[in-house]
This record gives sequence, structure tokens and C-alpha cells, in this order.
Amino acid sequence: MQLALKYYVIEFSKYIIAFLMVLYTSLSVTTVVSNKKKLVSVCTSVQSGLMLVVIFLSFLEMTFVSGMEEYLYLFAFITLFLFFMITIVSIIYDKSDRILLNNMCMLSGIGLSIVSRLSFSKAFRQYIITLISFAICLAIPFFIDRFKYFKQLLWVYASVGIVVLSIVLFTGSKVNGANITYTLKGITFQPSEFVKIIYLFFLAALLYKYNSFKWIFISALITGAYVIVLVFSRDLGSALIFFVAYVMIVVMSTHNYIYLISGLAGGALACIVAYNLFDHVKVRVVAFMDPWTYIDDQAYQITQSLFAISSGGWFGSGLMQGRPSDIPFVNQDLIFSAVCEEYGLLFAICLLIICMCVFCRMMMLSYRIADKFYQIIVYGIGIMYIFQVFLTVGGGIKFIPLTGVTLPLISYGGSSVMTTYIMLFIVQGIVIKSRNYEQAHDERKMAPDKKLY
Amino acid sequence: MKEKWHPIKNYIDSSPRAKSMVLINLTMIIFCILFLAMFIYLGIFVQTSTIDLYNNSYNNRQELQYKNVTRGTIYSSDGEVLAETRTDDAGNEIRYYPYGSMFAHAVGYAVNGRMGIEDYANYYLMHTGASLSDKVSNDLENVKDPGYDVYSTLNVELQKVVDDYLGSYNGAVIVTEAKTGRVLVLISHPDFNPGTIKEDWESITSNPENSQLLNRATQGLYPPGSTFKIITALEYYRENPGEWEDYKYNCEGSINHGDYRVSCIYGTVHGELNLEESFARSCNSSFVNIGLSLSRNRWADTMEDLYFNRPIPTDMVVNTSSAYIGAGSTDYDIMQTSIGQGKTVMTPLHLNMITQAIANNGVMMKPYIIEKIVDDDGNIVRDFEPESIGQVMSADEAAYLTDLMMAVVEYGTGRALITDSYTCAGKTGTAEFAQDINESHAWFTAFAPAEDPEICVTIIIEKAGTGMEYAVPLAKMIFDAYFGV
Repeated sequence: MQLALKYYVIEFSKYIIAFLMVLYTSLSVTTVVSNKKKLVSVCTSVQSGLMLVVIFLSFLEMTFVSGMEEYLYLFAFITLFLFFMITIVSIIYDKSDRILLNNMCMLSGIGLSIVSRLSFSKAFRQYIITLISFAICLAIPFFIDRFKYFKQLLWVYASVGIVVLSIVLFTGSKVNGANITYTLKGITFQPSEFVKIIYLFFLAALLYKYNSFKWIFISALITGAYVIVLVFSRDLGSALIFFVAYVMIVVMSTHNYIYLISGLAGGALACIVAYNLFDHVKVRVVAFMDPWTYIDDQAYQITQSLFAISSGGWFGSGLMQGRPSDIPFVNQDLIFSAVCEEYGLLFAICLLIICMCVFCRMMMLSYRIADKFYQIIVYGIGIMYIFQVFLTVGGGIKFIPLTGVTLPLISYGGSSVMTTYIMLFIVQGIVIKSRNYEQAHDERKMAPDKKLY
Repeated sequence: MKEKWHPIKNYIDSSPRAKSMVLINLTMIIFCILFLAMFIYLGIFVQTSTIDLYNNSYNNRQELQYKNVTRGTIYSSDGEVLAETRTDDAGNEIRYYPYGSMFAHAVGYAVNGRMGIEDYANYYLMHTGASLSDKVSNDLENVKDPGYDVYSTLNVELQKVVDDYLGSYNGAVIVTEAKTGRVLVLISHPDFNPGTIKEDWESITSNPENSQLLNRATQGLYPPGSTFKIITALEYYRENPGEWEDYKYNCEGSINHGDYRVSCIYGTVHGELNLEESFARSCNSSFVNIGLSLSRNRWADTMEDLYFNRPIPTDMVVNTSSAYIGAGSTDYDIMQTSIGQGKTVMTPLHLNMITQAIANNGVMMKPYIIEKIVDDDGNIVRDFEPESIGQVMSADEAAYLTDLMMAVVEYGTGRALITDSYTCAGKTGTAEFAQDINESHAWFTAFAPAEDPEICVTIIIEKAGTGMEYAVPLAKMIFDAYFGV
């Protein structure tokens, strides 16, 4: 009987997981689109339950296929953590955004599941890093609310970012052909991830005050310095993310669409120059244009990724029943292909819709932020997040050339997870600050309660 | 400041806050479109490429199925087993081929790489249609799920006739249905035994000149010899509408042009000939004369229409035939190409397809060898329908070529096929590649019945002699067997 149950779980759970994921995603979309307070609160509660079942079934399937009970313990730890995160944040910060928080937990849960499937020991490390990240992040909203000098540190942000990146460029170690990591006392960092945050604060501090062409030009020079350092250290994906975020933020703060057009034109030009100048750019494009010819070397990674995606079909092979480990660097850059192969395309598309929900929610939250400095930061975090998702997923499915960035919250990698957590909690902090401000404002005006749920 | 955002009002509103909202909305719309495009791309990619990518030799996912699926069975069109997997008491699986080497290239093999139907249908053979509950009960009993079974279009009886006749000769034969493109016979000699391919691998691959693994029917590139006169005659018809019947030539056994000389076979003097007689008697001198009169560009276009120099649209592994006529061609090249010699090479499958188009009012059909895929309960999972490649010549041109090919059988080089039981249209060829005429490849391509064609036969026998003496009798045996004479 117990044996039969085991095989039923192995054969059926992928369909149940996909179904629950569709349900979760529809609720997610509902919460983002709807402005009925009550409906949203019901949806978010149901979501928490669905989240738990999806992650439970994933780990149950892994336990049965592998025969290792350790997976169930890991599940218990993960569930405890997610429950703890939702509860604590809701209690300490009653004005935090539950929709964002829920989706963040769901993505973290899925990420830990798929990393567990690829490597148990890596999943354990990832779990610890997630815990540490959360502990750090818990204080962020408090600081944002109280610390008043964020706007005044313009030149600190600019110089710290460039200095950190340059140190990595000249002294960093090579990983996967890219000069992007720095090891300190046995712990390896990828500073370009953290520099993203500093860079955003720099841009916001500059553009909320100055809108003249002169200052836009200066900001362009500094951004150019960041991007060039990144291109030289072969971190093409991050370079693109910085660039796109820069263009969109400039348009956001000036409301001048000429910057959008000239930015995109300049970007296209820069891509052509980079293509002709750098071999490592050329290789990516060649592998994208004609992967089957170069299946032996340059295009080995992308073709293996395509094999994985195509083999999964709509419902996937089931966890631990595919071969995602055939893909080089599947843990970081191509984790989405692993999700496609084992969870199936339906699940993977739902996952992307959840990412879209996170993005759209951040955009909608930025509507209401009256302080331009903070509005730019939330907007910038949203752009960086969704563009990174687009780069890594689009690259892995051969929609665009492969650039090698992580899928935020899903991929294995401490720097990536920690940065994404920090970014999302900065958004939470800004939202809380803005809601507090609104509330104070409303109370003064004796207006009826209209605050966001 | 706090009233609800209104899409139209806010576009007119020019406050900075409203402008920010417009931009934020625009950003959301752009990324939504981008992601939607990605979803559509992903969906189409998975729907269309799963089978192709599964079969790619760099894809190691096949090993996953070996653990869970018993490879399906391959049947002939009338339900005879051509390949099946047998499991002994110890649980070892053996791929068993009841007909030995008879279907070597058609059915192929599935160890040390793959070939033939074992390759084309590999995805289906290794995937199961078992229901979830069956899968669970199979898991419990520790047996594998059955893979899909494949019904081929092959005809065991005809295949046997051809296999026996070819014996130790090297060569290839392909028989297709005239109106559908279904492949009834696909044989290539020398062959091998797919059941013992693993043991024989060393000796097969250590002898490259023998090239047993090459499927000569679909991949062998041979000079087409006089069978190519079909194309030369078609081009003459196209360039001389209404006047081709007036063609006259006096054959003196050879033709000289500049410094070059081309002779008729055995130096035969054919005398006064019109176009039909030139074709029926396969007069080289007359066809060189025709070829020299043709427009190079238009001739090249006609060959392009007929799928020379470009891949044939089929799921089988094929080589591309080549026949070059262009600005750089010398008169000598033209003379050689007119009679299918020189640089011209083509596969037997390709010649069969051109023959089939003539038999089918000019419509070429995609040749196919897999009829349907069925699951363990006999339900059809996928049914392969005949597919047209296109009208490669007009119905008029097809009728004209049919007349020429009927003349070949009535009074030309195919007289051995005269019978009361059916009418036949064909063209012989003797592809010379050495001085000795007995070392030539014997060609014959034909269809029957000529009035309402049912099957097309293309034969090449290497180093046998003339097509008339060696290939035509085999065609007769095939037609006799098919029409039950």
C-alpha cells in the first residue's frame, strides 16, 4: 500500500503541482489587478496555503524518487522559514505590502526546491544564505523610515560603486570565463550584484534634484564607466541591466522621451561596437544565430538548454526524472531550463507570470510615492528585476543571445539572492514610509481612510 | 492628488505626477508584450521541436527512457513484425529482426547509433502511451511501460522479390505508390544484419569501400546516365512548344562537336530519328544534339524545379542530387549533362520522385515510410497522410513524358516489359564510369499501369551492364508480383 502511494505520488504529483501553480498564479494576477481590499486579503491567504502544498509536493516527489528522507527535513526548514518571514514582517511592519511579500516567498520556495533537486548540499547553503539575507533585510524598512541622509550621499554612491567594480576587474578571480567574483576570507562574492543597489541610489540622488542636460550628461559618463568596467570583466548581462535601468530612469525623471530614443539608439550602437571589439561578445551572438553548427563548443550550453526545455513538454518529466544536470552552469544562468524540464512549460510560464506580477506590483506601488527620490529607486528596482528575468530566461530559450545572469530568487548564488532580498525589502521600506506619510497627511486633513490595503 | 487614476484624463493632464504615471504604464505594457512574445515563442518551440531535439545525438535524455520504456515494435504495412524487442527471463532486452538483413537499411538499427525507421520513429518507439494508472501498476510489478508501435509503409512480399533478385549485386531499389509517395520497397545492397550489428560493427566499419551502412537508395549518388534524358526531353519540350514533333536527327553512331565526340552505346547507328524514337532507343548522339540547342539558364531553372542542387523535402536521411548547367559550363559539359554523364549525379530516390511526378500528372509527393503510430491498445496516436511537394511540371508535360516512356517499352530499350497484363512506361539507363561497358551501372525507372499509374519502380544495379539487360527484368518481376500476374 505504501509502495503504491509512492508510485502514485511519482506519477501524479507533476499534474497536481502544475494545477496548483496555475491557481496560485491566477490569484496573483487577481491581487495585482484588483483594488478590492477584501478580495485581495482572501487571495493572499489562499496563496499562502497553495504555496505550502506546491513546495510540499515537490519535496515529497524528490523524497520518493531519491529515497532520501533528508528532503523532507529540508522541506520542514523551508516551510518554517517562509511562515516565519510572512508572520514577522506582517507583525513588525503592518503597512508592508503583502502581495509583494507573498510572491517573494513563493519564488524563494520554488527556487529552493529546484536547487535542492540539482544539489542537496547547494540547497542547504542557499537556505542558510536566504536566512541571513532575511535577517539583514528585516532592519531595512526601519532604516529607510528613520535615516534621513540617503539623499545627500550622491558622491559617496558614485565612487564606492566604481571602486568596488574596479577592484574586482583587476584582482577578481575568473569564474565561467567571467572576471566577476571576489573572494574574501573564503567567501566568494559577486560584487556587481551589490553595486546595482549603490548605483540606483546614486542615480536617484542625482536625478531627483538635477534635470538639466549638463547633469544628465555627467550621469551618462558615470554610467558609461560602470558599463565599460562590466564589459571588460565579461559580465555582459549586468552591463545591459545597468544600461537599460539608466535609460528608463532618466526618462522617468525628465519625462523627456527623446532620451529614450537616443538612449536606445546609443545602446544599439554600443552593442555593434562591442560585437566587433570583443570576442566574448561575438561568441554569444554566433551561438545564438546558429547553435546547431557550433553544438560542440560555443553553442554547447544553449543547445543543452534547448534539449532540456523541449524534453519537458507541458507538464515536465517530474522532479528528479529528467536530466537538467546535463546543462553546463544550470544552477545559475540556466535554472529556468531546469524548471521547464522537470516542472513543465505550464509551470514555467506561471513562474514568469509571477515575476511579472512582482514587477507590475512594484510599478503600481511607485505611482503613489510622492517623494521623487524614492519613486526613482522603486521604479529602478522594478526595471532591473524584470529586465534581469528577461535576459536570463530569453537567453536560455534562445529568444535573445545568452548573457549569463541569474534568475532572481530562483537561481543558486548567495550574492544574487541577498541582493534581490535587499532590493525587495528596500521597496517594502519605501512603501511603508510612504504609507506612514500618507496616513499622517490624511489624519491632519481629517480625511476618510483611503490608504492602500 | 489622491483621486483614482483615470486613463484618458491623465494623458491630457500635464502635471509631472501624471507624466510619471503614463511612463510607468508604458513600461508595464512594454514588458508585458515582451513576456507575452516569449511565452508564445516557448509554446511554439516546445510544440514543434520536441521530436527533432530528442533524436539529436548530443541529447542524452534517451537514456532516461531506457530505464522505463520497452522499445516499441515496427510492423510492415500488412502487420508483419519487422523489428521487436524481446525480453528474456533474466530481464535482458534483445532487439530482434525476423527478416534478418532484408530490411537492413529500411528498418535500420538502434545500437551504435541509429538508422532507418529505428531512427525516424525513435521518439515514438521510446515513449509510452500507457495511462497513469497503468504506469503505476507497471512500476509496482517492476516491468517497463511499452513504447508506441510503428506501422511502416513497407511491403514484405515485394521487398523479398527484390532482395532475392539483387543477391550479391550491389545496388538499390525503391518502389513507391504513384499517387501518395508511400515507400513500398527500400533496398540497398550490400546490406548487413541489424540483429548482430554490435558484433559485426568492427568488420563493417573496417571496410569502408564496401560501405554497407550507406543507404544507396536515398544517399547513393550515381551518374544517372540515359535516365537523365527524361529531364533533357522535358526541357526541349518546354523550349519548343508546338515544334518538338518536328524534331529530326540522323544518327551516325556518334556526334562531334568542336574537339569532342560522344558515341552511342555499342556504337550503334540509329539512323533517321524523331524525338520519341531518340528517347525510346536512347540515342546519345541525338540527345547531345538536343542538349546543345537548349538555353542554359532555362535548363538550370528546370533542374531547380525538379529538386536538383537543393535538398529534397522528406523526413528520410538523403543526399542532394547535383546537375550543373550555367554560364561557366563548357560545350563539353553540356554534351555530357544531356545524357546524364559528366558531373551529374543523383540518388535513386530522387529519380523515383521525378518518375512519380510524371505518373501523377506532374505533382510530386513527399516520399514517406511511416504509416502510423499506435499505442499498446491499438489506438492511432499519429497518422501520416500523403503530402504534396508541389506541381513540378504541368500535366501536359507529364503526359508528354509518359508517351515517351511508353514508347521505350513498346519498341525501345524496355521491350522486355511488354505484357498483356498491364502497360508500363519507363526509361533505361546505362551509367558509364569505366571503359568496359560491362562495368556500367544498370538503371531503370518506370511506372505501371501507364494509363492510371499505381506504383513507381526505380532500380540501379552497380557494375552489371546495361539497364536494358539487367534492370528491366527486375522491374518486370516487381510489377508481376504487385499486379499478381
